[in-house]
Amino acid sequence: MGVLRTLIIKEIRQFRRNPFMPKLVVMFPLMLILVMPWIATMDVKGINVGIADYDRSDISQKIVSRIDASEYLELKGMFADYPSALAELEDGKIDLILEIPAGFGKSMMGTPEKVSIWANGVNAMKGSLGSQYLMQTLLKCFQDIRASRGLSIPESTIETVNFYNPTMDYKHYMIPAIIIMLLVMVGGFLPAINLVMEKELGTIEQINVSPVNRFAFTLSKLIPFWIICLIDLGICMVLAWLVYGLDVAGSIWAILLAAALFIMVISSIGVILANLSETMQQTMFLMLFIILTFILMSGLYTPVESMPLWAQKLAFCLPPTYMVELMRAVYLKGATISDLWINYVALGGFAVLFGVLAAITYKKRG
Amino acid sequence: MNRLLYFIKKESLHILRDIRTLLVVIGIPILLMLLFGFAISTDVNNINVAVCAPVRAESIEKVISEMDNSELFTFKGYVNPDEIDRALRSGKVGIVVVFADDYDRIVSGRIPDEKAVQIVLDGSNPNVAASGAAYLTAMLGGMGSEAGLVENHILYNPQMKSAYNFVPGILGLIFILVCAMMTSISIVREKELGTMEVLLVSPVKPIWIILSKMVPYFLLSCINLISTLLIAKFALGVPMTGSIFGIIFISLTYILLSLGFGLLVSTVTDKQMVALLISGMILMLPIMMFSGMLFPVENLPAVLKPFSYIVPARWYIDAMRKLMIEGLEFSGVILEFSILCFMTVGILRVALMKFNDRLE
Amino acid sequence: MISVNNLTKMFGDFKAVDGISFDVAKGEIFGFLGANGAGKTTAIRILCGLSKATSGSGHVAGCDIITQSEDIKRNIGYMCQKFSLYEDLTVWENMELYGGIYGMKTKDVHLRAEQLLKEVDFYEHRNDLVKSIPTGWRQKLAFTVANIHSPKVIFLDEPTGGVDPLTRRQFWSMIRKTAAEGTTVFVTTHYMDEAEYCDRVSIMVDGKIMALDTPAALIEKFGVSSMDEVFRNLARNAVRNE
Repeated sequence: MGVLRTLIIKEIRQFRRNPFMPKLVVMFPLMLILVMPWIATMDVKGINVGIADYDRSDISQKIVSRIDASEYLELKGMFADYPSALAELEDGKIDLILEIPAGFGKSMMGTPEKVSIWANGVNAMKGSLGSQYLMQTLLKCFQDIRASRGLSIPESTIETVNFYNPTMDYKHYMIPAIIIMLLVMVGGFLPAINLVMEKELGTIEQINVSPVNRFAFTLSKLIPFWIICLIDLGICMVLAWLVYGLDVAGSIWAILLAAALFIMVISSIGVILANLSETMQQTMFLMLFIILTFILMSGLYTPVESMPLWAQKLAFCLPPTYMVELMRAVYLKGATISDLWINYVALGGFAVLFGVLAAITYKKRG
Repeated sequence: MNRLLYFIKKESLHILRDIRTLLVVIGIPILLMLLFGFAISTDVNNINVAVCAPVRAESIEKVISEMDNSELFTFKGYVNPDEIDRALRSGKVGIVVVFADDYDRIVSGRIPDEKAVQIVLDGSNPNVAASGAAYLTAMLGGMGSEAGLVENHILYNPQMKSAYNFVPGILGLIFILVCAMMTSISIVREKELGTMEVLLVSPVKPIWIILSKMVPYFLLSCINLISTLLIAKFALGVPMTGSIFGIIFISLTYILLSLGFGLLVSTVTDKQMVALLISGMILMLPIMMFSGMLFPVENLPAVLKPFSYIVPARWYIDAMRKLMIEGLEFSGVILEFSILCFMTVGILRVALMKFNDRLE
Repeated sequence: MISVNNLTKMFGDFKAVDGISFDVAKGEIFGFLGANGAGKTTAIRILCGLSKATSGSGHVAGCDIITQSEDIKRNIGYMCQKFSLYEDLTVWENMELYGGIYGMKTKDVHLRAEQLLKEVDFYEHRNDLVKSIPTGWRQKLAFTVANIHSPKVIFLDEPTGGVDPLTRRQFWSMIRKTAAEGTTVFVTTHYMDEAEYCDRVSIMVDGKIMALDTPAALIEKFGVSSMDEVFRNLARNAVRNE
């Protein structure tokens, strides 16, 4: 215990004397939580629509005014024909083309004339979300037209209830994920950099020749960053509440417990990488790869359910997958530890596994 | 010139001897491309649905099987009314569909002004909730016939593969990493170890020493460019019908720009740690946030949009999308290309000026 | 205190250390000489438990070098070629750190550190950051830090590289003082004038020990006038050149 204390005091002294680190660990969460939610929002608003109306009937007029009134869609222009609209789309001025064929208004109830949506698929997300919005708008419009003719099953028999995120604010959905991103970056990079620096400067040699136990040394690299990450977590949670009005629906302790386990996992991974590499370059490249994989595969950015099956299986081998699900459930839905016990067990398991690996990969004797 | 070749040889040997780093630098871009090319999808698919139905009527079973057959939903089983909240909260399902006791009679209009179906959504993810609700409503409300009135076409990327989006983004990131981050670390490392002093007292002009450090990383980037383009074309099936010449030309410009960044960073500091933090914080994060690599630039709030204009990766990624996916000719990306050229010249000028300043 | 029998270290086909054997007594200053690349550093790393021997056996401070490398570490001090105190810590903090690592009580660390620093007249500068201290002093401080836990054996790997003659002399007087207190000092060097400060020296060529005796005896045996010439006589036949 005495040795561990000595080593941790050393880390804290070095940290405080470093001209960058203390500023970094405060500025980084500030920047991330203040800027990132605005960027990471994926409710695509302001999708530009161009309409090629060959029909020019009452019905096509209704469709046009309906689109014009939509919150998500922006009517950018009416075109005489499809080719002139396509030219605009290629220029990037519009994202979607709605083509209403001649005679659609008359035939709507009987013959199979169809309206067409042409979406620019270059940006897959914008294309698919945009055409979905347009589709929804059209469906509502058609239903209204039908209902006005007394032909439709009333929509009023279906009621939609929205739990948990009543304002449907995408920022709220992303904030727990952004906090996880922060933990991954701070908790992963800093211990790795710290350890590789000791290797490159040769100071680790002096430790290797001392009787320090490998677990004590590994812990002395993990614990300071564990504390830093928890402080960063606190900064983020307070800011999320002050700036975005996002309160934790569940218990704060549930989040702290999960974060404590998760940081241990991430920092251990950083230490393992540093143990296995020889230079800063290697460590950084590997760490970036792992962080990118974590961010993109864990459901933080796109839903895990949308991935192909093999990728889903892979995602369930990654610790952040459990953390992302957990954070969102506790933060937004008020889930309890007993609701999510599987996630806690998984994170705990990963923490032990990677912690031990971190100690084992540290080789005192080459 | 001969001396320069010696230095280039020295730098290349550094890299070639360090097999591990070499493997990492060449292997990881390929891994990234394959992983994200095949795995990531921004579509909303397979939303897990539970059903709460007091009576298991035939009509309800029909709705469920229709739901389960669609790509959008996966039927996960029945729940009791008191389990609804828990099922949603623990994340087991995203939607619970509650059928009324008298579903059949309400639908057939025998009981007016009653709700037949209640769709309970986990609204924490607004996108999933919104599209799930819309499609379910369409399905339940018998709007199938109206849905048939609309035909959906996707231009340029008919399968809506997100991979198409990622390829330019990953390239944009890798070049900054390899060229800016690794170059600056390798220069600063020599300063830290003191070997830079030795090189600087040699009769070779300092600028040649620095340029010789960049050449191997430039070549590495070219290897990365080739490998990622081959994977994009043959493994991911990105069309790349546009100008190949344009793709390569604009990539080379961007690589030069990244090297300029690396040099600039290395003139600012002589500590590896600082070089790393600068390239990480000032180069990496803005690229991920402002370049459209992950999040569409159009979505940025007005206050933040100007930032995206000064991020070079944004122009590079834009141009590459047009060339690789939309299949435009080089003339279609003249604007992006000119901006990149302008930035490259600017960065290199500033970097060289700072470099010379430090020596005097 | 140290005894080594037929110690060998292979790197692939390359015999870095080729069956060396010797004994070092308590309180002895043992000079371990050899040209660059002769295998000195490899040998010292094995003795300190930083590297594993391919074959052979040995004991350091009563512990087996193959099986008890962690126990050895408790009883030795080590100062390596490359300066490795923490530059962003003060002298005092470095001493606290290494004292703590060897399990000393804080009070004992402070007493010992004060005594050692006063001996070298550095006590009033104890709160200076290491990076602000000139090279010659750093070397002396590194030795002091290696000595903080009163080890039975101190290993010094080229401790005086790049140090001016005056500081080197001061350094050697520190070494002799430490040895006089009963600590064994095992030192590698390629300054032959320093070899004459040692009680006994061994000269390593191409991974083998070619000579081992007191400096005076070696000079007599080779019929020359200084250690320098002894060394040149032996090194002439070296195959490895670096």
